[in-house]
Order: sequence, then C-alpha cells, then structure tokens
Amino acid sequence: MEMQDVSAFVHSVRNVFETMLQMSAQSQDPIVKPPGHPSFDVTGIIGMSGDVTGSVVLSFPIATAEGVVALMTGQSISHTDPDFADAVGELVNMIAGGAKAQMRDKKITITYPSVIIGSDHAVFGRKGATCVVLPCSCDCGDFTVEITTIEPTEAITDVAA
Amino acid sequence: MRIMLVDDSRTMRNIQKRILNELGYTELTEAADGLDALSKVGAADPQLLLVDWNMPNMDGLSFVKKLRESGSKAPIIMVTTEAEKSRVIEAIKAGVNNYVVKPFTPESLTERINETLARMAA
Repeated sequence: MEMQDVSAFVHSVRNVFETMLQMSAQSQDPIVKPPGHPSFDVTGIIGMSGDVTGSVVLSFPIATAEGVVALMTGQSISHTDPDFADAVGELVNMIAGGAKAQMRDKKITITYPSVIIGSDHAVFGRKGATCVVLPCSCDCGDFTVEITTIEPTEAITDVAA
Repeated sequence: MRIMLVDDSRTMRNIQKRILNELGYTELTEAADGLDALSKVGAADPQLLLVDWNMPNMDGLSFVKKLRESGSKAPIIMVTTEAEKSRVIEAIKAGVNNYVVKPFTPESLTERINETLARMAA
C-alpha cells in the first residue's frame, strides 16, 4: 500500500467524524502489524477488490463505540442492540468509501460492511497480506483503522498456488 | 410532502428522518433496498425520494432505472458514498436529479433537498 493511500484513509476518518459526529478525530503515525487480531472489541469490516484488494477494519473499545454511535444517531444505543451494529457498519462504509473516492487513479469496489462484537476476536485475511494500523483518538476514546492489503503480485501468486 | 427514504442502513434512514422532521416533512416511507422500494412506491406515491446506491437485493441505480421506466417523474436525490465523477454521471443518466455524497452535514442535505425541490417547481 502506498503512503498516499494511507493518507486517503487519514483524511476520510477525519472527514467522517467531523461531518457525521461534529467531533474531531486525530491520528498518529501508521504502524505495520501482522493481520489477524483487531485492536479492540467492536469491529466493523469492509472488503475491497479491484486495483486494491484487502479489507478496512474499524475497531473500538465498547465504551468508545457506544459514545460514537450516540453522537451519530442522537440516541444512546447499547452494543447489544442491532441498530448499534448497523451504525458501526455505516461508519466503516463511509470511511472506506471516502478513502476510495480519493484514490482517483484506482478502480476499487467495496463490499457491504460486517460487524463483530466481542472481546479477543480474530479476523483472518489472505496469506501474505500487509496490515497498516492507524491509531486514532477522539473525545469518546481511542480507536484504530486497520487497512489490510494484498499486493497484486502476492494475489496472483496466491491464486496460482 | 410525501418523501421516500431508500437505504439499507436503518441508522442512515434515521439520520435522514431526523433532518427531514426538523424541516417539517413528516410523511415519510422507508425502504431497505431497491426491491422493497419498488414494492412500496405505488402506495406511497412519493413526491421526493432519497436513494442510496449500494444496497443488497436491488441497488439504488437499478431501482432508479426501473422507476423512470415506469414513467415516474418524482425528483430523486442519490445519497451515497460513491463519489467518483463517473458514478455521478452514471446516476444522472439513469434519472437522478441531484447527488449527495456521504458523509453529509444536516446543512448540506437540506441544501440539496431545497435546491432539488426549487428546480422541480421552476
């Protein structure tokens, strides 16, 4: 993944938070980690295919996610309510969609979001994937955006194998 | 005014409903995808539709095409994360009257709604 693509996600996270939540979000320098274990307990996942293949994972501690969802929806929603997962899914959808729109030289399709809630869950992608983690924070707490991508050559090798 | 909201996310429909209620629009019909919208549009007879693009079962673009094929001239605002110019052109060719990119502020959605209704009234 190129640095400008990571910047597209940084910009998109800030834009989604400022526009939909009227709250600023800050991000620290990206770090690389092995894919598999999202940082927190509430995870929204969206897949990408086309010129960029992989996934975008938005991960919050439960209390942070509940705070963010309350700001987004204008009401307090418990993490056990189906509307809570719907809101987290819509957030990751807007973040991935916003980043996609900035990667104008690439044709990317995104999937419908999925949401997983529970401690110590794992999300496994394809072998050889690279995961770039954007540590972020807002007034509701810390969260991460994790972008896992498969380089085109790796994808071809994987398919050939 | 009768308005139909077509989006697979209940959260997004609720956000739109809140903005529309604040504008004084309360005759709202909701649909969770294009197929659901097609089944409700006859009875609801909306005077304005807000339609998402990416939805299961039937996407927003297919719904817009089917609605236009049926002869409906009701104004349609596409509300979507699809922000690429080529997608906007594709939507307009299909019969969309205006376009809002998610995320949006209450002000930007209000502006597009007012703009669309003013254009239709002219």
